[in-house]
Amino acid sequence: MVFMNKTLGRHLREAVKSLGRNAWMSIASISAVTVTLLLVGTFLVIMMNLNNIASNIEEDVEITVLIDRTADQNAQNQLESKLKNLEKVENVQFSSKDQELEKLIKSFGEKGESFKLFEQDNPLNDVFIVKTKVPEDTPVVAEEIKKMRYVENVQYAEETVKKLFEVVNVSRNIGIVLIIGLVFTAMFLISNTIKITIFARRREIEIMKLVGATNWFIRWPFFLEGLFLGALGAVIPITVLVVSYNSLVNIAVPYIQGSFVELLPFSPFVFQISAILLLIGVLIGIWGSLMSVRKFLKV
Amino acid sequence: MIEMKDVYKTYSNGVLAINGISIKINQGEFVYIVGPSGAGKSTFIKLMYREEKPTKGSIVINGIQLENLKEKEVPYLRRNIGVVFQDFKLLPKLTVYENVAFALEVIGENPKNIKKKVLNVLDLVQLKHKARSFPDELSGGEQQRVSIARSIVNNPPVIIADEPTGNLDPETSWEIMRLLEEINNRGTTVLMATHNKVIVNTIRKRVITIEDGKIVRDEARGEYGLYE
Repeated sequence: MVFMNKTLGRHLREAVKSLGRNAWMSIASISAVTVTLLLVGTFLVIMMNLNNIASNIEEDVEITVLIDRTADQNAQNQLESKLKNLEKVENVQFSSKDQELEKLIKSFGEKGESFKLFEQDNPLNDVFIVKTKVPEDTPVVAEEIKKMRYVENVQYAEETVKKLFEVVNVSRNIGIVLIIGLVFTAMFLISNTIKITIFARRREIEIMKLVGATNWFIRWPFFLEGLFLGALGAVIPITVLVVSYNSLVNIAVPYIQGSFVELLPFSPFVFQISAILLLIGVLIGIWGSLMSVRKFLKV
Repeated sequence: MIEMKDVYKTYSNGVLAINGISIKINQGEFVYIVGPSGAGKSTFIKLMYREEKPTKGSIVINGIQLENLKEKEVPYLRRNIGVVFQDFKLLPKLTVYENVAFALEVIGENPKNIKKKVLNVLDLVQLKHKARSFPDELSGGEQQRVSIARSIVNNPPVIIADEPTGNLDPETSWEIMRLLEEINNRGTTVLMATHNKVIVNTIRKRVITIEDGKIVRDEARGEYGLYE
């Protein structure tokens, strides 16, 4: 693949000329890329945000170990060192029942005032909050702790996390199948557009071969044409992405502030997705053009 | 110099087009290739500019060994050979000047040299005054002169012409022959496949007669055979 700088201008002109000459086919291919990338973009935005939320929750996964009320200080210390000695545990924090009540009151906001009645006679337990090194280990560790002495019960958000990951996985699989189908459609359309260009220029190509133009010299304009079709197809999706994600962030953030749901920040997320979309568009274009160049341009 | 040794060519459909040809053509020769239709003239010519590969045998053109030439080296072989066709093969949307310049542009010739070379060669074929015309504004003879100009603009040592006068009236054909002779006189090897008996018998040159894929006659100052 020899890139001849002195002839690049010529190849670019030829490629642009072809785009104009097959205007309708060009528009069709660009539209196919546009639709594909719009879906890819939407999909990526949703998936990456869901993933982010899931891992936020996952990271928050902590095991609350309710300490038996009969445990004295000595028993409690023993339990704490036992917990800390578990291989998969990262850290153990003590939280007294008064602290727990305070947290509970806070989490209910204004309505929480009514819990203040319990300050006199707190029904809650003292707890250890245990964090595992790896989120996936949470269930195993929880089971282990359950069997220890002076442990009344353990609580963790097992089901929530499991379900969320299931949703992420299923929608990811559906999305991938859909996108692969669309990518192939777009590639097929681009390769057809370029086939038309090759056909329209078969005389020129014949003469180029005859007078000894190198194969890459002949291929370059078609290669660039495909690349342009793909890149132009990425323009609208990227614009839509930038504009709509920006307003989404502006509208949604006040509502979801403070909850475990959070959107990925506009920058650098949107720029990363834009780069991915442009890259996919360009790759679709190049691949499409290589398909017809190989098939119809026997050089 | 062109040299073929025991060359065979069988097409994929089983047709045996060249059935053992050995030949030597020196630099600066003018050679007619004659024979009835379907005798293998076209295949013979296509083997030289590597449009077709020999099934067996060796071909050397200007020191380039053709039978094991890599695909990507073919363009460089073609730069040594100018090819002229019966149907001219000009690009209708380009002017005379552009058609000739095209051959230089696509092999990456320095733009500075292109203008000089194109005008020189248009001068040789006496079409400088038509440089801005389009092919369909020219007569058949003029169009063939443009295509000859295109084939020699890169100064190849060999020119191969496949029935260059096939589409032209007798008057114009002489014009083209004078031009080919002039090019030959400047040292270029000229190979010309033809059916034109009058030309072959008037402008006497070496004549190679091909029949059924074999060379049946090779005379230094030959005549057109018995074919009508």
